[in-house]
Amino acid sequence: MAYEMNFTPVLARTPELISGTIDTLILSSQSIGIGLTIGLAAALLRVDGPKWGAVVSATYVEAFRNTPLLVQLFLLFFGLPYMGIRLTANEAAIFAISLNLGAYSAEIFRAGLLAIPKTQIEAGLALGLSRLQVMRYVVIIPALRIIYPSLTGQLTLTLLGTSIASAISATELTLAGAKIESQTFRSLETFLVLAAIYITMTFVFRFLYWLVGLWLFRRRVPKTGSAAATLTLPREVES
Amino acid sequence: MPALRIENLKKSYGNVPVLKGINLAVENGDVVAVIGRSGSGKSTMLRCINGLEPFQEGTIEVVGHKLDQSRANLRELRKEVGMVFQSYNLFPHLSVAENITLAPRVVKGLPRDEGSALVREVLSRVGLAEKADAYPDELSGGQQQRVAIARSLAMKPKVMLFDEVTSALDPELTGEVLKTIAQLAEAGMTMVLVTHEMGFARRVATRTVFMHQGTVWEEGKSEEIFTHPKTPELKNFIAPDLK
Repeated sequence: MAYEMNFTPVLARTPELISGTIDTLILSSQSIGIGLTIGLAAALLRVDGPKWGAVVSATYVEAFRNTPLLVQLFLLFFGLPYMGIRLTANEAAIFAISLNLGAYSAEIFRAGLLAIPKTQIEAGLALGLSRLQVMRYVVIIPALRIIYPSLTGQLTLTLLGTSIASAISATELTLAGAKIESQTFRSLETFLVLAAIYITMTFVFRFLYWLVGLWLFRRRVPKTGSAAATLTLPREVES
Repeated sequence: MPALRIENLKKSYGNVPVLKGINLAVENGDVVAVIGRSGSGKSTMLRCINGLEPFQEGTIEVVGHKLDQSRANLRELRKEVGMVFQSYNLFPHLSVAENITLAPRVVKGLPRDEGSALVREVLSRVGLAEKADAYPDELSGGQQQRVAIARSLAMKPKVMLFDEVTSALDPELTGEVLKTIAQLAEAGMTMVLVTHEMGFARRVATRTVFMHQGTVWEEGKSEEIFTHPKTPELKNFIAPDLK
C-alpha cells in the first residue's frame, strides 16, 4: 500500500525549523568569513612569503584537505579538552569548518594569484608599491575574478557541510530536523522539508555571491545611462 | 653629480654571466639609447637599475639613492625612477585615471581631490587627455603605452627607463609612442632607452651605448656612434648588409 505523506506534524514545528535555519546561517557566515581570511592568508604566505611560511602553509593545507571534516570536528571537540582547551559544540563547529574551508580556499586563491602575470607585479613594484600593496591593489581583484566561480562553489559546499556539525550537537538545522524526526517519526517529510530549506539557502547565498561579484568586478559604469549600457559580467561569474 | 652612475655591475644567472662589469654614467637631461643584439644584456642592465633584477657585484647610484646587493633604499629609489615596459603592463581592472593615480595615492599619499588634476596634467603630456575614464582594453597598443608613460610621469620621476617600449607595436603605433618620448626628451627628462629603433636613437638620444656580450662595447655621442662606429661589432650591428 502507498505511503501517505503528512507534513502537518513537521510543519507544526516551524519555530524550531526557523531557529535551526538561523543557526545554520550564522554558523555558515561566520565560518565563511573566518575561513576565507585564513585561506587568503595561507595562499599569500605560500606564494609570496618566506620559505618557512610556504612550508607552514603547505603543511596546513595538506593536513586539512586530506582528512575528513567529521574527524577534524571530533578532534577539536573531543580531542582538545585533553590539552586543556574546552570548546562548546558551536565553537568547535566554527573552528573546524573555518579551518577546513581555509585549506580548500587557500588552494583556490593560490591558483588565482599564480594566474596573474609576473609583469603586472613588476609594474606595481616599479611604481614604488610595496609587495603587500601590489597584492592588494594590483593582484587580488583580477585574481579573484579568475577564481570566483570555483570559490563560490566551495562556499556552497561549506554551507551544506555545516550539517555535519549536528554530529557534535552544535545547534543548526540538521540537528533541529533530527530532533523533529525522532519525535514525529515522519522521516521522509522531515528531511524533504530540510532539503527544501537547504536548497533555498544555497540559492539565496548564490544570489548574494552574484551581487558581490557585480560589485567587486564593476568595471564599466554606463556612460550615458542608456538601457543598452547596463553592467555586464562574464558569464562564469553568474554560476 | 650624474643622475645615474653604474659601477662595475656584474650579474649572472647561475654560471652564465650576463653582465660582465658595466660602467656607465648618465648626466641630468641626458637621453641615452642602449642598443645591441638580443642577449647582449641591455634589458637586464635596465632592470637592475630599479632593482627588478638582483645583481651580484657592483653599485648603482640613481639620483642620490645607492643600490647594492643589500637592496636597501629600493623603494625610495623606485619612487624617483620611472619604468615603461615592452608589454605596457597597465592594470586591466583599473581605469586610465585609476592606473595613473594608484601609485601617487598609495605611495605618496596624494589626496583624492588632487587626483583629477594630476590625471589631466600627465595625460595631456602624452596627448590622451580625453581617455581618463577608458579602460586599458578599450585602447590601442600605442595608446596603452602612452598611458603607461603617463602613469610613470605621475610619480614625477627624475629618471625614466624605457625597456623596448615599441617592440610590441606595429610601425604606425610605434610612431605615436616615439613622438611622445621625443617630447619628453625635449622637456629635459633624463632617460635611458633600450631600443631597436636605430633611427630614433640617432635622432633623439644625446648618447648611444652599444652593448655586446654583457659589456659596454662602445659608447659616445649618437651621431658619432652611427656615422663613425669604431669596432667591427658595432659596424656589423648597425649595417650588417654592408659586410
